[in-house]
Parts: sequence; structure tokens; C-alpha cells
Amino acid sequence: MYPANFEYYRAESVEEAVKLLGEHEDAKLLAGGHSLIPMMKLRLANPGALIDVGRIDELKGISTDGDVCHVGALATHNEIAGSVLNHSTPLVAEAASKIADPAVRNKGTIGGSIAHADPASDLPATLLAAGATMHISGPGGNREVAAKDFFTDFLETAVGEGEILTHIDVPCLGDGTGSAYSKMEHPASGYALVGAAAVLTVNGGKCTAASLALNGAAAIPHVQGAVGDALVGSDLSDDAIDAAVDKLSIDEPMADVYASGDYRVALAKVYAKRALKAARDRANG
Amino acid sequence: MIGEAVKRREDPALVMGKGKYTDDFQLPEMTHAVIVRSPYAHAKVVSVDTAAAAAAPGVVAVFTGADIAASEDGGHVPVGWLHPDLRIVPHPMLAVDTVRYVGDGVAVVVAEDRYLARDAAELVEVEYEDLPAVTDPRDAADPDAPVVHHLGADEEDPGRPLNVAFDWELGDKDKTDAAFAKAHKVASIEVRNNRLIPHAVEPRAALADFDDIKGMLTLRMTSQNPHVHRLLMALASINLPEHKIRVIAPEVGGGFGSKIHLYPDEAIAAWCAMRVHRPVKWVATRSETNLTDAHGRDHWTKADVALDENGKILGFRYMTWAAMGSYLSTFAPSVPTYLYGTLLSGQYDVDAIHVRTIGTFTHTTPVDAYRGAGRPEATFNVERLLDAAADVMEMDPTEIRRLNFIAPDKFPYDTQVALQYDSGDYEPALDKALEMAGYKDLRAEQKKRNESGEGKLLGIGISTYIEACGIAPSQVVGALGAQAGLWESAKVRVHPTGQVTVFTGSSPHGQGHETTFAQIVASKLGVAMEQVEVVHSDTEKVQFGMGTYGSRSIPVGGSALSESLDRVVAKGKKIAAHLMEAAEEDVVFENNNFGVKGVPAKSVGWGDVTLMAYLAHNLPEDMEPGLEETAFYNPANFVYPFGAHVAVVEIDRETGEVDLVRYVAIDDCGEVINPMIVEGQVHGGLAQGIGQALWEEAVYDENGSLITGTMLDYALPRAHRLPSYETGHTCTPCPHNPLGAKGIGETGSIGSPAAVTSAVVDALQPFGVKHLDMPLTPEKVWRAMNGGA
Repeated sequence: MYPANFEYYRAESVEEAVKLLGEHEDAKLLAGGHSLIPMMKLRLANPGALIDVGRIDELKGISTDGDVCHVGALATHNEIAGSVLNHSTPLVAEAASKIADPAVRNKGTIGGSIAHADPASDLPATLLAAGATMHISGPGGNREVAAKDFFTDFLETAVGEGEILTHIDVPCLGDGTGSAYSKMEHPASGYALVGAAAVLTVNGGKCTAASLALNGAAAIPHVQGAVGDALVGSDLSDDAIDAAVDKLSIDEPMADVYASGDYRVALAKVYAKRALKAARDRANG
Repeated sequence: MIGEAVKRREDPALVMGKGKYTDDFQLPEMTHAVIVRSPYAHAKVVSVDTAAAAAAPGVVAVFTGADIAASEDGGHVPVGWLHPDLRIVPHPMLAVDTVRYVGDGVAVVVAEDRYLARDAAELVEVEYEDLPAVTDPRDAADPDAPVVHHLGADEEDPGRPLNVAFDWELGDKDKTDAAFAKAHKVASIEVRNNRLIPHAVEPRAALADFDDIKGMLTLRMTSQNPHVHRLLMALASINLPEHKIRVIAPEVGGGFGSKIHLYPDEAIAAWCAMRVHRPVKWVATRSETNLTDAHGRDHWTKADVALDENGKILGFRYMTWAAMGSYLSTFAPSVPTYLYGTLLSGQYDVDAIHVRTIGTFTHTTPVDAYRGAGRPEATFNVERLLDAAADVMEMDPTEIRRLNFIAPDKFPYDTQVALQYDSGDYEPALDKALEMAGYKDLRAEQKKRNESGEGKLLGIGISTYIEACGIAPSQVVGALGAQAGLWESAKVRVHPTGQVTVFTGSSPHGQGHETTFAQIVASKLGVAMEQVEVVHSDTEKVQFGMGTYGSRSIPVGGSALSESLDRVVAKGKKIAAHLMEAAEEDVVFENNNFGVKGVPAKSVGWGDVTLMAYLAHNLPEDMEPGLEETAFYNPANFVYPFGAHVAVVEIDRETGEVDLVRYVAIDDCGEVINPMIVEGQVHGGLAQGIGQALWEEAVYDENGSLITGTMLDYALPRAHRLPSYETGHTCTPCPHNPLGAKGIGETGSIGSPAAVTSAVVDALQPFGVKHLDMPLTPEKVWRAMNGGA
């Protein structure tokens, strides 16, 4: 397919990108292009202008500072999968390694993926479970948004008009903490029919902190707070995890020709258990 | 050389990106066509306003269906297989007053480049009046279903619903009813054969160049049969005589049947080139490919098997509804009839069979031959019936098959559905497959898991398939409605210096003819493969040919080559006898050398003979100079490959996910020319058949929109989801062709859907599951494990 006409600008800095966004009403930011370009080729998206942020150095790189890992918006899935995150926040790296195929992972970026906010993409649940913080720049300066407040609706985020997601801070996992991401992929797209991300902290045989988040199951990636609450204080036995996952609930599960809402809910429970059990084993390991 | 795993001589160019496909050709002054397609499955075309598009930048011309209909050189899209009662419906190159599927063309924009053409296409304003649609082949046969084709007020009442394209029967109904009346037990199935989208790697494309002075059209296009495309176009689509059309199929990136048919698009490109007096290129996008390439399968079938008290089959009965889609594609009427009904005896000795197929029009993409074409559907039904029979008789599925196999001493075997199986020996293939699979151990492991309730569910599926390929002979297919003969041609040109150029009517699109045909020449003449060139796929270079489909290239095209090589050798022997002053019958041709029986000292080399053929200084009296022979080989019968496949699946008890863990395929394609290429064909066919069983399905919503129209939704088989195949062969040569070879291109896609489905159903035995429709998605399996809710 051939996209409709558009103007193309290359921003050399975040400041310039923000300025260009302000100047072009109908503009889209282009990073890895793995969501936007296919939509443009199908003419499902027809932006008047593309602002290419792909070469802005300040958006690149992954580094650790104390107990926080800074992930630039332009970090590719492959960089994340093979990076320092593997040690400090293995959850995000694990999910990144399961995205699509090597070609996509080499080009697609965390910022592009998160800002596009496809609910069936793999990273949202991990950022939610890990308690990440998104950093956004715009005409009014810089601001931070917690992951739980970032995904606002189907394909919508807290990134406002004229703003750009610059980087993501992911807390490193402390001692006694384990994490896991478990997904069932759609056989065509590779997106998650259901993806469950779990982070558990164990101290003296008891769970002291627990977080479970889902993508794929509903229109908005979200934290299953009741499941986490039920786990805190438990011994994280299989029975305890099964009982906690019984509290998993999804009001409006996604449904399509491949998988119904009922089935997605059932899958969410299975994959939640698998993620939680794997996270527990890693926490204990 | 025959029988050697020679590396494909095609591959260096292809792997270096140097293969030239239709879209790689650039001509001076070339323009680009984009077709405006209907977003509605069924609608009245109220008006088409092309003014804005025509005024857009870079637009050369915009044409509508009315323009083609009004022109002298525009025609229609023909159907090439006619049943006696076929409801032949018009298929205009562009729709005029009604659109009948999402993707039906209504206008074409020709512009200076593709982007401008695409932009302008969006400016063509078409006013539609949306009408109700029917997409299911069985629903379409309902008299109250929305009608796909009204043929006008004076249409005679055909005495059946207007969506019924044909109502076809085969076999003996009375005899079959009698067999069921005396049956000890009857087992029944009701199955859906899912609609598939072919997905050749290279989308369809055409580049039309019209020479106004000579009145000659050169059309490069994605074709599996350039001569057939030329013939159909000359007869029906464009007003040019056959000899003024040259069709060339350059490198073609796969077809699986989808590039056999004549579509409107390639003819539109040709028609536009004649109008704008500049070359016109049209290349389908992937989305267009999925919407407009003829789809495959799309059947409903109810079938029964009658059994005696020992499990011997007394009769088969089949009732099938098969989609034709919105129009009759080129060979569509033959697929669910002659390529399907005739295979419904399977490998089994059955005295009474009755088949009825109702072909229906639906508001969907036309359906036609797709890898296997009718035989996968037949095999699926026969093998599901055998499993159902095993179930009611409480027999092992392998035992009921053995009991009913046609015995080796019964060949040639006349089935009750019109075919004569020339040869076969079915039990050794099954034995070999079961041994390779470790069948007994698998059953023991399955029992253990089912008793303990631990580990994944294990299922073992068997498919013992037969197929008929190299469709023939021409006289018979003609009597059955084919508007074509199904022979093949080969011309062998021996050059004065002894090298050989072969001109074959076969038309490869990935099969490796340049390698295998050269191997046949090298074997027969004793020349090195490097001395052989294989020319194909150009109507101006090649004598008439029928092309490549239906696994016919080696059994039919290769046999034609073998015949023409025999004629070359015969003439060579005459020349050699003359040169050696020996009796012709004493001349032997071995190792590229002519000798005389019993006189080792006497010989004359291949090159001496070939040179003398052209020097003509010293030839036998009355012999014409030259060494070039052509054979048109008209086979006596189909060839009948067969085999036994075993699929092993594991199923996740919690989610219903199916993991195909092993696949054993024993195939019998007779004599093998190149085992590596055979292996490749088996692998590719298996991937497609397994894809049908587990993932692929073209799904239409109630409005007739294709909702699995992209690769985001339509799941093709991927390497990481397929096991490493375990393959093997038995060899039962074809008795009636000179190579003893049978086809292998489709066996994988024919045998595997049944084997995989059988394995999944077998794994679900603890839940009382008797059948699940393909594709076997996790949700279907999960529901089956959870009470079918």
C-alpha cells in the first residue's frame, strides 16, 4: 500500500520536536515506525506531517542510577531485552524479548510502543507491575506520570497535545523480589491475547508486596489490585496464588473473532497464575 | 542424474535478489494502474463520478465498468469448466451496476506513478446502495437468501434457488441406499472445510505493453500457465487475436493455484494499455491480494459410512455445499466436483458411494483451485469418516483402515466414483509411518497420561490419503466439461555442438523445473547438466503448453520431455548407424556415445552426431537435417500418489493450546527425480495443510466484510510453531508414464489437515469429543474441554 501525502520533519532535539508539534496541528511523532507506518500504508492513519524523533540522542540509551533504571524512549525492544534491565528489572526485558520477531524488535521502540498504547502490546503490563514512571516533555515543560495513570483509554495515554514521551524510569528489583511476564500470543499478529506481569517480594516466607498487571485482556492495560492485595501476607503457596487469582476480574474483556471475552478472562486467570508462580520461584531462587 | 539431490540451479539468482519478477520490469513511458474496489459485499452501483480523479495530478486516465462495456476491445472474464446444468453468470472486468463482493472492481485509475494513482483512486466517487449479503455456502442455497446474480426479468426459472450454480451427483444412489439399509452400524459426520487465502509471497501483477503499429500486446504477468491465460484473454477478455498476444511469466513468486486463473485485473491492465497507448503496470497490494486472489475450500459436508458387523465399509454417502463465491472463477466448477467427488473412495475398497455437491454463489471472493484443490476436502471427509467408523466399531483407527484398504492385487481398481486407480500398495506406507512414529509407545504414553490426569493431553492422528494428480486424459476431461486439454508439450533442441535447449509448456513458479528437467535430459542423453538450458513461460518462445498446477509438471510435463528425448535419441541412432555403416537396430546409445552391439571398437560420439545433423553432409537418404523433436504427451490416466501421515499433538489442559509436537509423513510419489526438491515440496505442503488445521481461516462478518484480511488477523503457519518433520517414502511407480513418476506438490496439504484434526480429537477423547471444525483454535479446544459451552 501507498500512504497518502505527508510532510516530513526531522527533529534534532526534544525541544525542536515539541516546537514542530506546536507548529503542525495534524502531526505524528515517528520513532521506530512499527505501529504508525503500517497504519499509514493502509491509510487508516493519514497524518499531515511526520516529525521524526528517531535520531534525537537524548531519547536514546538505558542506564541505571541507584535503584532506578532510566530507559530512553528510543530504546529498541532488542536493546531492552539484552540490556542492564535484564539484571535490574528483568520483567521489562523478559516482555521485550517476547515482542513479535527479531526484525520488529530491532526497530520498534519502547516509547513508540507505549505512546501508541495498543492494549495487546507486551510492555504496558510490565511497566504497571513494576511501578514505572513516564517522563513527558511539552510546551509547558517536563512532567511525570505514574504508569497506573498513563494508560487512559483504548489507544490513549496521558501524553497530551504537543507533548512527547522522553523516558521511562523503572525501579530496580530489590532483594527477595521476583518477576515474570507470561503471555499467550495471537498466532497471526504475535500480540498478547493475554499477557500477565507479576512482581512479588518475599520476606521470611511471607509475601510483603505483590503486583499483577494485565495487557491484552481489556481495552486498557491495568493493575489487578485485588489480586495483589490478597497475596500480601500470604505464604505464596500454589493454593494461596490460586485463591488470590480468583479475585481477578475484568469488567469488559476484549473480544474478537479469534478469542471471546469469556475465553480471555479464563486465559487471564491461567496466565496470571503462571506469572505469579514463576515470579515467586524467582523471588525464592 | 535422475534420483540425485542436485542443488537447484534457480537458487543463486533468487537468493542474491537477482530474480526478475513482473514488478521488476520498467518500461519507458510506463504508467501505473490502481483499481477502485467495492467496500460493500453486495450493493447497487448508483453512480460512479470520475471527474475529480481525472483532474488529479499525474492522472492519465480513469475508466469505469461502463467504459469497458461500451468499448470494442473490452470483454469479460470467462469460466473454463462447464457442467451441463451450470448457471453461467456474467463476470464483467469491472462491475457495472452491481458489486458482489468486497474487492469487486468498479473503476481503474491510470497515473504517472503508484502514489498518484492511489491518491486519485480515493477521489473516485462511487455511490452505492447497500444490499443484504450471504457468505455461507449452505445458507446461500436457501431460497430466501439474498440472490447473488439476477440474470434479468426474462430469466427462466431454473427450478432451484438462484444461488445454486450447479447440483452435481456422482455414484449410484440406489445402490448406496441399499448398502445403508443393510448396515450393521452407521457413523456420521458434519464438517466445515474452512475457507483459505492462498498467500503467494509475490502478489499478482501485470505489465501490459501494446505496440500500436504491430497491433501486438506483450503482457508480463504472474502466471502459472501463460498459454492458457493468452487463450482465455483472446477468447473472452480483450479483442485481440491469440497470435497478437504474447504472455510472459517472468520469475513468479509462488502461486498455489491462485495464479492459474484469469482475473479481471490483468485483463484490465491490458485493456488500459491499448487505450492510453503507454505501458500499464498493475501490482496488487497485499490487502488486494487477500481480497481478490481466488480463495480455497469453503465447504460444508454431511457424510455417513455404512459398516458391517466386522467393520468392513459397505457404503459412503456425501452431501456437500461448496462456495463458488461471487463469480465463477476459471476452473471453480471442477474443484468441488471432479477433483473432489472422484476421490471420495479414499484408499478403501467400497462397493457403494454416492456424492452430491451443491455449488452456490455467495457474496464473497471467488473460490477456485488452491493447493490440493478438492482432494484435501475429500481426504478430510473420508478420513474423518474412518475415524468415526473406528469410534462406533470400537476399533483402533489403524485397524479399521487396514481392514478396508484396497488389496494390492486388486489394481487397477475401479472406484465407484469414476476413477481407475492404476496402482497402489497402502499397507506398507502405514506400517512404515507407524513404526517411525512409535505408535504403540505413543498409545501407551497417552493411556498413562489420561489415567493420571497429569501432563499435557496427548493425541495421535492418522491420515491415509490418496490423491489424483496430473489430471487426464484430455478426452475424458473434455467430456466432463473442461474447456481445455490436459496434456503437456516439450521441445528438445539439440544444438550442432551438442548442447541442449528444452522448451517446456510447464510453467514453474518455485518448483525447480530448470533443475529437474535438466536432470531428466542429463540422464537420458548422458550430457552434463550444464549443457542443458530449460526455457519456459513465454508464449513467443514455447510451443503451446498447459502450465503448472495439480502436481502435473513431472508426471505430465516430464513425460512429454522424456518422449521428445526418446525421439532425439532415435534420430541420433539413425545418423550414427549411417556414419558407422551399421544396422540401426544394432546401435546402442550409452554414456553420451553411440556404439554398435558386439563391436566395442566401433563408436561415434554425441557431438559428431549432433554436428552431422546440422552439417547434413552425410545423412541417411530422405532424412531431414537438424536435431529437434517435439512431443505433445497426452497421459492415459491421472497418477495416484498416496501415503500415510501421523500427527502427534499435545494440548494444554488449562488453555486449550494445541502444540503439534511431531509429524510423520510417508509419501509415495513413485520414481523420484530429485529427492531434495521432493522433500521441499512435502515440507511446504505440510505447512499449508497444518496451517489449515490449526490457524488459517478467511472469516466474513454478517455484512460480507472479510475480517481476516490482513496478516495481523489471518494466521499463516510460522516456523517456530511447526515441528521438524519426519519424512519417508515408499515407491510404487506409475505404470503408465515413461518416468514412473507421480506428483508430490500437493500431498502435504492433502494428507495433513485430516491427520492433525484427528490427533486433536483423539487427545480430547476423555471429554467425549467426536469432532471439531478447523481451524482448531485454543478457544474451540478449551470450550470442548469445558462442556462445549
